[in-house]
Amino acid sequence: MTWVPTTADERKEMLDVIGLNSIDELFAAVTPDLRAKSWDIPPGLSEMAVRDLMAGMAAKNASSLVCFAGGGAYDHFIPAAVDALTSRAEFYTAYTPYQPECAQGTLQSIYEYQSAICRLTGLDFANASLYDGGTAVFEAATMAVRVTGRRRVACHRSLSPIYRRMLETHAANLGIEFTTGDDPTGAACVIVQNPSFLGSVENYTNLSERCHAAGALLVMSFYPVSLGLAKTPAEMGVDIAVAEGQSLGVPLGFGGPWLGILATRKEHVRKMPGRIAAATEDAQGRRGFVLTLQAREQHIRREKAMSNICSNEALCALRALIHLCLLGKEGIQEVARHCHAKAEYLKKKLKFATLLNRAPTFNEFAVRLPINAEEAVKAMASKGFVAGIPLKPLNAGDPEDLLIAVTERRTREQLDAFALALEEVSCR
Amino acid sequence: MPLIYEKSRKGRRAIALDALDVPEVEFPAALRRSAPAELPEVGELDVVRHFTNLSRKNFGIDSHFYPLGSCTMKYNPKLAEAVAALPGFANLHPHLSSTEAYWPLCQGAFELIHDTEALLAEIAGMRQASLQPIAGAHGELTGVLLIAAYHKDHGNTKKDTILIPDSAHGTNPASAAIAGFNVVEIPSGADGVLHLDAVKAAMTDRVAGLMMTCPNTHGLFEPEVGKIAAMLHEADALLYYDGANLNAIIGKARPGDLGFDVMHYNLHKTFATPHGMGGPGSGPVGVGERLLPYLPGPRVVKGANGYVLETPAKSIGRVAQFFGNFMMAVRAYAYMRHLGCDGLREVAEIAVLNANYIWARLKEAYEPAFALRFMHECVFTAAPQAQKGVRALDIAKALLDFGFHAPTIYFPLTVKESVMIEPTETESKETLDAFCDAMLAIARTIETNPDSLHQAPVTTPVGRLDEVRAARQLNCAC
Repeated sequence: MTWVPTTADERKEMLDVIGLNSIDELFAAVTPDLRAKSWDIPPGLSEMAVRDLMAGMAAKNASSLVCFAGGGAYDHFIPAAVDALTSRAEFYTAYTPYQPECAQGTLQSIYEYQSAICRLTGLDFANASLYDGGTAVFEAATMAVRVTGRRRVACHRSLSPIYRRMLETHAANLGIEFTTGDDPTGAACVIVQNPSFLGSVENYTNLSERCHAAGALLVMSFYPVSLGLAKTPAEMGVDIAVAEGQSLGVPLGFGGPWLGILATRKEHVRKMPGRIAAATEDAQGRRGFVLTLQAREQHIRREKAMSNICSNEALCALRALIHLCLLGKEGIQEVARHCHAKAEYLKKKLKFATLLNRAPTFNEFAVRLPINAEEAVKAMASKGFVAGIPLKPLNAGDPEDLLIAVTERRTREQLDAFALALEEVSCR
Repeated sequence: MPLIYEKSRKGRRAIALDALDVPEVEFPAALRRSAPAELPEVGELDVVRHFTNLSRKNFGIDSHFYPLGSCTMKYNPKLAEAVAALPGFANLHPHLSSTEAYWPLCQGAFELIHDTEALLAEIAGMRQASLQPIAGAHGELTGVLLIAAYHKDHGNTKKDTILIPDSAHGTNPASAAIAGFNVVEIPSGADGVLHLDAVKAAMTDRVAGLMMTCPNTHGLFEPEVGKIAAMLHEADALLYYDGANLNAIIGKARPGDLGFDVMHYNLHKTFATPHGMGGPGSGPVGVGERLLPYLPGPRVVKGANGYVLETPAKSIGRVAQFFGNFMMAVRAYAYMRHLGCDGLREVAEIAVLNANYIWARLKEAYEPAFALRFMHECVFTAAPQAQKGVRALDIAKALLDFGFHAPTIYFPLTVKESVMIEPTETESKETLDAFCDAMLAIARTIETNPDSLHQAPVTTPVGRLDEVRAARQLNCAC
């Protein structure tokens, strides 16, 4: 099985031009002592056989259950045009736009994406994207360290335990002290998540004022869809806003590829990691787009770069841009309104459980069930639901605690059936 | 072409939801944004036409030959896209992995992860692989964090330095720095390879490891790699393999057999997952015996009753929220299973054949940067052409007018006016010939009318763009 088009005759002709007799002579530098000692790889399968094999694997996954799981990744509706447009090979088989003249499609779409993120967050600059929401928190923390020259990072309780773990793994040897809480004194930044991992929405304006008075930055991990309704990071005085962009037209895909969003204020743009596209002109005065401020990046600055990041998640950023364009100014508000109203409806139906959020919530909330949450979700799965995320295994709650998310895709019928089933399971 | 925002018309909509089927609820006023986000107000056809026309301003592999050195722009099989569209993979919520109660619901995904990691490990002669790192540079960072964890665990707190050859990708020193190490650069020999003596000269008891690319970014196999590995191990330093050029040796040599302790794979290079305009990639990390206990967790392992998750005892932690760019692993798995043992070996054979064919056809007109036999890519220096007023940049731009993407230029930094050409195994002989003909035509123009090349490209949607203006006026959003 192969995707190599070269015929036996052509191989011979090419070897003649090179001046060799066999392909093996091309590998003379790989002397026998350096050759592979094992090659236990199964023989190739036809396209038909690979598709059957993998369809079989995919069928072992319960992807069609009605989904109430969130925790940073949400089951939002993705319009058909998002897939249709991002399936164009001119997008997905292109490389990084290092030759801007033959990559204007890529570069203009990055510029438009950056603009959409600025309009959504209210901030001045966004980069071309990072790997995901968790690495974006890490990049924001090290950016705050660069801006302030301080080496303590305060992680607010609202931050996802997974992001916190990623943060500490990535920064293990950077001499950064991580503390829990929101004390900005002597800190490079305080990192909050809004809505919190458990779904609570807060106004962090006072915290940003306290941060700025103490010379610290406020970093916020936000949920893009919530900004259809919620106060923007800029309105609350946030200095660096980051997000997991999966909710903007990117499939769940068992965890990736997703999209790391990062936006900031004007004064910090030169400390920002990652690629940035900018508008400019050619000699004839035609508008065009290029990658800019590349002296911040690893291919120029090497060990002194702002980050080691080389790629971005350009195709996922394009998905997010197209998704936001299809929703438009009205649609993003409509989706957010539906998510919120449906979650509130479900919340009221779960009277047998104790709501754990004290603050208002957007589309996700935590409850304490009368029974063990892992037992509950197991029983709910047999009734056709992914009932949410038990919090104990994530060290984010007690054994009875369950995190439940609702998106615009959930119908009233599904919400009623879910509430009934969860009550049966919990109160049996 | 206008921006999508310039096409906005007040009140125009693309998609809308059904009427809300539960009671309306006001979002608390104190938490509301003061004004809606100014997203474009456009119809679906506006969006479809805008992005279709934008796409036509791009060169992609499906439309153009893309001989970018070091980037391995091979054909991205449609088979891989078809299996990635399977709802059982694409619509699967990753928090199903967060609690044992859900594990029976995602056994297919666990199997895919397990089998992909096992195949990657065997291909490179590593003991285990982890799909967590999201991109090549992220794999580097993870790999160097593993080296740090190893030394810390052995009480070697003195080891604070990573050696990196001057021909390395910029990500190597940047990743080592973020993993907390000092970086010491080692010079390549004049012949383009790394010599034991140069490594020896830089060796101290502070050296934690050495990061190598093999073949290196000069396109040359490192003949002394075995001796270098032995010397490092004697000093309890570890050897890192940058998998950027694995395509050249797949099935021929394995990093683990060569003495490498840790590596990253680029699924978007060697294993044909699409580059997507610069990402998403995928950069799994592979480790040998020494680093097994430190791998990121959780890991999928085969239990008595199906696949389960475990975290290694001394794990460095978590570098991804779940299992990295899982959907890229789905594509890479399809690629590996289709090619199989013989097809994968043929990848290296024809990739190297194609690069040498280009070298043979161009070596009289352009000066090869090194005399040794190239592997999967050939590197030329355009320094002689630069003396005639035509730089590598001008050659690159002229190629765009012939309908070819440019090779990599000005990298590696060790070669003046570098032109680095990597054809990959999936291009036909007639494509290689057409490309060589274009390069030879440019070489003739350099002799007859060098100035004409400074205007190139003239066939693209825009000409050369003013990068200084872009940085000074900094218009990055509207």
